[in-house]
Amino acid sequence: MDFRPPRPRLDLPALFLRANAVLMYAFLYAPIAVLIAFSFSGSRYSALWGGFSTRWYEKLFTNAEIRSALLTTLALAAASTLLSTLLGTLAALGLARLAHRLRRWFETFFYFPVILPDIVMAIALLMFFRTFLPDSLGLPAMIAGHVAFNLCYVAVIVSASLKGFNPALEEAALDLGASPWRAFLRVKLPLIWPGILGGALLAAALSLDEFVIAFFVSAPGTSTLPIHIYGLLKKGVTPEINALASLMLAVSILLACLSLLLQKRNS
Amino acid sequence: MTDASKGFRLLAAPLAFLALFFAAPLALVLAASLAARGQPLDWAFSLGAYQRMLDPLFAGVFLRSAALAAAATLTCLLLGFPLAYFIVRQPPPRRRLLYFLVLIPLTANSLVLTYSWITILRPQGFLDLALQSLGWFGPGPFVLLYTPAAVFLGLTYWYLPFMVYPIYASLEKVDFTLSAAAADLGATRRQTFLRIILPLSTPGILAGSMLVFIQCLCAFVVPDMLGGSKTLMIGSLIQQRFLTLPQDWPLGAAISITLLALIGAAVFLTLRLDRSPASPR
Repeated sequence: MDFRPPRPRLDLPALFLRANAVLMYAFLYAPIAVLIAFSFSGSRYSALWGGFSTRWYEKLFTNAEIRSALLTTLALAAASTLLSTLLGTLAALGLARLAHRLRRWFETFFYFPVILPDIVMAIALLMFFRTFLPDSLGLPAMIAGHVAFNLCYVAVIVSASLKGFNPALEEAALDLGASPWRAFLRVKLPLIWPGILGGALLAAALSLDEFVIAFFVSAPGTSTLPIHIYGLLKKGVTPEINALASLMLAVSILLACLSLLLQKRNS
Repeated sequence: MTDASKGFRLLAAPLAFLALFFAAPLALVLAASLAARGQPLDWAFSLGAYQRMLDPLFAGVFLRSAALAAAATLTCLLLGFPLAYFIVRQPPPRRRLLYFLVLIPLTANSLVLTYSWITILRPQGFLDLALQSLGWFGPGPFVLLYTPAAVFLGLTYWYLPFMVYPIYASLEKVDFTLSAAAADLGATRRQTFLRIILPLSTPGILAGSMLVFIQCLCAFVVPDMLGGSKTLMIGSLIQQRFLTLPQDWPLGAAISITLLALIGAAVFLTLRLDRSPASPR
């Protein structure tokens, strides 16, 4: 009898899976690497490496247009995050109290803004504000648009964290004589807080990055950073855009990581 | 009973907000698609916008959008399924990390990443210089920017995570001891894959393909930036009715409503297929 172990055969499917995965990660991260690398290149001609330099970043901070776009972006993100977190949390709390079938029905409604193509949402809001509220085009219209889709994301995330909440805890507080407000503030809110914060961070990240809706309902003089980049690109590629884009990329990746970590800790 | 009425009281503010800034604007799109062309529209009933939509001038744009969206969806599926499968078969800590790494590019601004592709694909860009230094593709510059190929590449890049996400979610629920059992009973690997793994992951494949196809069909940023005016897609077609002169709100609205109807049909079909006896549950 032959007790030698069978000769290891070339495992073609496993090899293919591994090669495909390596290629896909390279594909996904190539543009990110190129963008960040060339934002530190000294040459104006950005496809050639011109030595390490931070001068494009320095230029950014002295540019008045970019500073004003940054302020608009931050104001938009702050206002829409605050409002969408408040409304989204209310929605999640309300949904949790509905009977099962009714809840399913409403939950579907809250998913609509998530699957609706942004271009359709953008023209809908543009026509709506031009027709009924022409003076609100610009920052107020941008806030309304961002809240409309962000509140749904917040509602979905807070709903997930409410599923892990034991209603007996709140009932116990009520039985022990706490007012409904006090039971909510001292028992329920501290327990679902990570979910709310995770939803708020996601809303902030989405709002900071959102371009299409903001672009359509913007008014002259109110442009956000993505709108500013779009305008610069129509004129041509410059190294300053590399630096600005790299910074925005870093901020959105940071916010998304924080949001995911919070959601993970909560579940 | 009191619970439900409390629930409605909590829901009142968010629902009112969505009614005003989501449902009402969408109702306006429907109404505008049935209005007559004016400055920029005239509130008189007319089916003119839907007739103008059938202009052969636009047929090329619709066909190109559908073809590019279908090609990108198929490519995402062929690349994304093996990737999701690879990730699922990893030990848990590494699996979470690899999955997380697929989702990270999604959190970035599409404008920013598409811009990065411009710097790679433009003449004298990264790809062109790399290929020139290798002496490939003859003497002229190798330029992909502003061609359908660039749009295809950009769509595949941006929507790949949208495909991996649902497929991963359904593969994660597959009990892989089933494939071991099948192997013990003498099934070949090919049989195990086709008869067990593939049917069990059908819901994810359907959801992912539908999601990517819809998103590609309606994409605006990627085709606008990588395709330019030569490779126009539906998103840019809608945009032009509103932001370039002469405006035509009813036509832009009619195209949007048609897209929404298509999306509704796709969602309905996917849900129906998902419930067919071939799939689990």
